[in-house]
Amino acid sequence: MGSKIFKLVGLSAIISSLASAYAAVPVEGGLGFQPPATELAQEVHDFHNLLLWIIGFITLFVTVLLIWVMVRYNRRANPVPKTFSHNTPIEIAWTVIPVLILAVIAFRSFPLLFKQEEIPNVAESEIVDVKTYGRQWYWSYIYGSGDDEIYFDSNMIQDAELQPGQVAKLSVNNPMVVPAGKYIRLSVTASDVIHAWTIPAFAVKVDAVPGRLNQIWFKVDEPGVFYGQCSELCGINHAFMPIEVRVLPQDQYETWLERVSESTAAGNEYLQTVQPLAAQVASAE
Amino acid sequence: MSSDSATAAHGGHHDDHSPSLYSLSRWLFSTNHKDIGTLYLVFALFAGLIGFAFSGLMRAELFETGFQVFEDGQQYNVITTMHGLIMIFFMVMPALIGGFGNWFVPLMIGAPDMAMPRMNNISFWLLPASFALLMLSMFVPAQATGDATGFGGGWVLYPPLSGTVGHGGVAMDLVIFSLHVAGISSILGAINFIVTILNMRAPGMTLHKMPLFAWSVLITAFLLVLALPVLAGALTMLLTDRNFGSKFFVPAGGGDPIMFQHLFWFFGHPEVYIMILPGFGIISQIVSTFSRKPVFGYLAMAYAMVAIGFIGFIVWAHHMYTVGMGVELKAYFVAATMVIAVPTGVKIFSWIATMWGGSIDFTVPMLWAIGFIFLFTVGGVTGVVLANAGVDYSLHDTYYVVAHFHYVLSLGAVFTLFAGWYYWYEKMFGVKYNGMIAGAHFWLTFIGSNVIFFPQHFLGLQGMPRRYVDYTPAFEYWHQWSTYGYYIVAVGTGIFLIGIIESMVRHRKAEANPWGEGATTLEWTLSSPPPFHQYNDLPRIR
Repeated sequence: MGSKIFKLVGLSAIISSLASAYAAVPVEGGLGFQPPATELAQEVHDFHNLLLWIIGFITLFVTVLLIWVMVRYNRRANPVPKTFSHNTPIEIAWTVIPVLILAVIAFRSFPLLFKQEEIPNVAESEIVDVKTYGRQWYWSYIYGSGDDEIYFDSNMIQDAELQPGQVAKLSVNNPMVVPAGKYIRLSVTASDVIHAWTIPAFAVKVDAVPGRLNQIWFKVDEPGVFYGQCSELCGINHAFMPIEVRVLPQDQYETWLERVSESTAAGNEYLQTVQPLAAQVASAE
Repeated sequence: MSSDSATAAHGGHHDDHSPSLYSLSRWLFSTNHKDIGTLYLVFALFAGLIGFAFSGLMRAELFETGFQVFEDGQQYNVITTMHGLIMIFFMVMPALIGGFGNWFVPLMIGAPDMAMPRMNNISFWLLPASFALLMLSMFVPAQATGDATGFGGGWVLYPPLSGTVGHGGVAMDLVIFSLHVAGISSILGAINFIVTILNMRAPGMTLHKMPLFAWSVLITAFLLVLALPVLAGALTMLLTDRNFGSKFFVPAGGGDPIMFQHLFWFFGHPEVYIMILPGFGIISQIVSTFSRKPVFGYLAMAYAMVAIGFIGFIVWAHHMYTVGMGVELKAYFVAATMVIAVPTGVKIFSWIATMWGGSIDFTVPMLWAIGFIFLFTVGGVTGVVLANAGVDYSLHDTYYVVAHFHYVLSLGAVFTLFAGWYYWYEKMFGVKYNGMIAGAHFWLTFIGSNVIFFPQHFLGLQGMPRRYVDYTPAFEYWHQWSTYGYYIVAVGTGIFLIGIIESMVRHRKAEANPWGEGATTLEWTLSSPPPFHQYNDLPRIR
């Protein structure tokens, strides 16, 4: 176990040296969220950290009270029990104080929720639309519409076929690609059963429901590689339909879009040239 | 008063001879609330061991990446689905409501039996039938074609995965029948509790003098009567969608899969309070008994449960933040959900205040009760985190949720169950258990279940999704801890079973009231075990 702990400390050092924006993957032995890649994800993490302080304090408080009564009011320490069963001021206190704590939480919670939900009112040129279908058991991505429509399926790489730099159970053959610094408006639906699309580093998750079109948005400022996994039970291969998002600089994104409109393979080839996974791992070590 | 007529009816004959333990008709045709309670407990023990074994298969599978125990995801999904359904419908509910409720509600309110003893019999005997259907579903085809068997769509049964698209075989139909039968069983039981508690309390026992355990069962029974018909409706619609061409949840026919989720959770959220409220009642009795002090803030405790039960009905969509609801609707459910923390806090603090100034005996049931208060607090505060939709997007359907609901159920409801078991064991079975063995059971379960579930918070925060048969290697580290924890609990469970056998073999004679002056409720005024028919002369409450 000792060597394992060393390994995971080393690994997290590697990951953090990658610069938080470059890749977000789960870390062995990790304790918290994956590093945030969007401003909103950062806000979610900050809010979660506040909650962690609050719930940590409450748990500690209850624990201390429990230990205190066990030490002070056990049969040996206090042979004769008191008989009181009411204390109005304290009952009011433990009703009102939690309400106040909840009000503090709500004060932070609601603005965050509304910010996440409402797609910012920006010029259409700042928005990139992508559609995705959840299917048993892969994701399909659609860019554009009509004659210009680009369509490709995104399947998990089997363990035996993993290339250097790819992550088992997370890497896919054809990742979703989006430009950095733009507002990505993702429309999500499904063609068979319910799935859910998520990228933990963006702090977004939305169900892909047949017959229903859901929308989410995110804006990633730095290029990088991000992973997520289907998050609604969808059958036998639920664990094997991950999500990979590649964020490229605007100009590279545009070139990728041209190439991928020729063929999915051409798009992928370009992607590997401008954002090779093996090189990232090499530079990290 | 109805209680007077009950006196007359039972005063006529003094039949204290209990039939032989080995008489089949005693158990099959039983109308005695204590015998039926025992049947429920034995059934829950049996089903619980199966559910526990299933979780062992899951933990063994998840010990490493790759496939260890199962051949594919379907088998794993079937086992997780069955684990959930068994633990909820065939372990926690039968044990807490059917078992302890049947045994102690009549004893505590000074009633000779349940109001409708024959209905009580059918309530129980529907359950083994229902359980048989559920078990059978594991061995019949999952799909219209192919070799896969069983229903692997999770205990929430979401269509289209539970419809013909996802599970076209007969397995899901058997699950539907099973839950229909279990639902009828629970509704009949709940009606019986409501009628008994409202009509058969001993003279002088007003509602506001009734022990909190009876209160908790009364509230639970109301939740059951209101919630289960909604589940039955949703299941029936699913059944007709699958078999008779209706399109309630089929988008291609104008239906909506999300509608099922609303109906399911309108039942499903009260259901989680159905599982924990009787436990709240048990903890109140135990904490008061072993602190040798009356319950602090009795009325607040009773009405906090009423409040929790009521609010429990208006928060259901917090299970559905990611389905694509309007933001205002989400905001409402965030607010309503957080409000539950207030009455729950009242209960936690009142238990501590009951101990405050007391003279605490650290008996085995008291250990379980104190353990419960701590663990329920841990599970409760993560519930406050999850209530916030903005954070829930990151945690929904991850192991953080698994950790949260196992802290409140597996370490909450189950701890209250064992607390009640050791509190009333002597009363029910007429023998004393071995305190050393029971203590070992507690400590192994307490440590082991924390080792199982605490690391799952970390997994969830890192993004590990629920219901995954396999995972990326980075998640292995905490999964291994979790599986080690399971082994500790498994040893504890073995010791629990040894403890039962030891107590039966040694047969140490039980006392009527082993707990002393702190045990003030009526069941301690009777012998252990109580006579086959009690209260031929109704007790009078001052």
